[in-house]
Amino acid sequence: MAALVFVTLALAWYAATATGLIRPLFLPSPGQVLNRLSDLWQSGQLRADVSVSVYRITLGFVISTIFALPIGVLIGCYRVWEAAIEPLVDFVRYMPVVAFVPLTILWTGTGDAQKFLIIFIGTFFQQVLLVMDNVRSVPRDFINLGRTLEMPDRRILRRIVIPSAMPAIWDSMRISLGWAWTWLVVAELVAATSGLGYRITTAQRFFQTDLIFGYLLLLGILGLATDQGMKFLGRRFFRYLEVHR
Amino acid sequence: MALRGFDLSVGENEFVALVGTSGCGKSTLLSIAAGLETYDEGSIAVDGEPVTRPGLDRGVVFQSYTLLPWLTTIGNVEFALRAAGTRRRDTEDIARDHLALVGLDAFAEAYPAELSGGMKQRVAIARALSYRPKILLMDEPFGALDALTRHHMQELLTAVWEKHRLTVLFVTHDVEEAVYLSDRVAVMTNSPGRVKSLIEIGLSRPRRYELVSTPEFQALQARVLHEIRSESIAIAALGTALS
Repeated sequence: MAALVFVTLALAWYAATATGLIRPLFLPSPGQVLNRLSDLWQSGQLRADVSVSVYRITLGFVISTIFALPIGVLIGCYRVWEAAIEPLVDFVRYMPVVAFVPLTILWTGTGDAQKFLIIFIGTFFQQVLLVMDNVRSVPRDFINLGRTLEMPDRRILRRIVIPSAMPAIWDSMRISLGWAWTWLVVAELVAATSGLGYRITTAQRFFQTDLIFGYLLLLGILGLATDQGMKFLGRRFFRYLEVHR
Repeated sequence: MALRGFDLSVGENEFVALVGTSGCGKSTLLSIAAGLETYDEGSIAVDGEPVTRPGLDRGVVFQSYTLLPWLTTIGNVEFALRAAGTRRRDTEDIARDHLALVGLDAFAEAYPAELSGGMKQRVAIARALSYRPKILLMDEPFGALDALTRHHMQELLTAVWEKHRLTVLFVTHDVEEAVYLSDRVAVMTNSPGRVKSLIEIGLSRPRRYELVSTPEFQALQARVLHEIRSESIAIAALGTALS
């Protein structure tokens, strides 16, 4: 079904350009876009752009996740920490990430560190709130079970709460990884000397609409691929949730 | 205030059911007995020891399914045994014995997602019994099951209990269930909850399900029902008087 939608859209795109209904400057034909992409592939440009962007998002996302997980769990479990941290997280979360771009350039220059920082600001606060919510959704009676077994709080946290919240946390990570892609491209559009976003900005300067389209499609494909990859891994990790009979 | 002037003693190895309309505080009472909920006044004790927090001397079977989904059936029982400090090399055997007790030894390696609601509760019972608590506290454990499964579970629980006696406090709003399972039925009044009457169930053991159609059973059931009904009628009358 999903494939059908994609094919229909591709056909409509092809029809719109083949009939000359829309000027190629605004909407290049699929052939043009594919040619451009294959040229860039042959010159090695495409691979370089993708790998630098993938490197940035991976590291930025991992750093953000490493910080977000323990803090999210902490404020999801303990009222004191929730009272101390949640308002701050909520506050910062509402500040538009884009507005941090000038500041981050001032602080860290235009190198990779700035990309990590933007990805961090864009995903960390959301992740904290998502994880907090995941931890809070652990059934009350799971915790009560631990208490009736005289398990100390720490053990309940480690043996019951975290494993119980894990599938939902994984899902939150999958969703926030999608957002991270957006922040990566935002950072690269504004100030970068490499990466997918950067290539799109330069293409704009030369009216290379076909390149912009090609890279947009590529970003869509990369996003979809990571999402599906995370889903697949999630199904592997949490196989126990599936009903076999 | 959910409970006031509540007084009930449960004898050793006695099976007592606590019945009452919903909202009468019977589940609250069970939580307090389990040590999961705090109370302002009064006292509650097990063998003279006041209850201040949850403990391994009281096993709890919750109404909601509480099998940990990432552990197998046997893993769930072993989880409790390990928490209770059982020696590692003994946990598997003890867990298997208790699964056999509830007739689920064949499902030892299954995950909870693969089990029916009734099976999950059977594992939960096996888990609560496995570490040998003095008292088993059961909070409408069969409340979420369909009628047929529920009957099945009642038979199973009776059989298990008749074999391995222990003190049970069983909360339910199902009168038939209460009469079938218990030695005594405590009928609770509505807000604030207290014990209105205690009914001795003198039915002989072992009990089989055919028992429910005998006149003695029906008479007892009618008596309990009458106690509950007169309570709810009184409330309804009070309601009309006030309006």
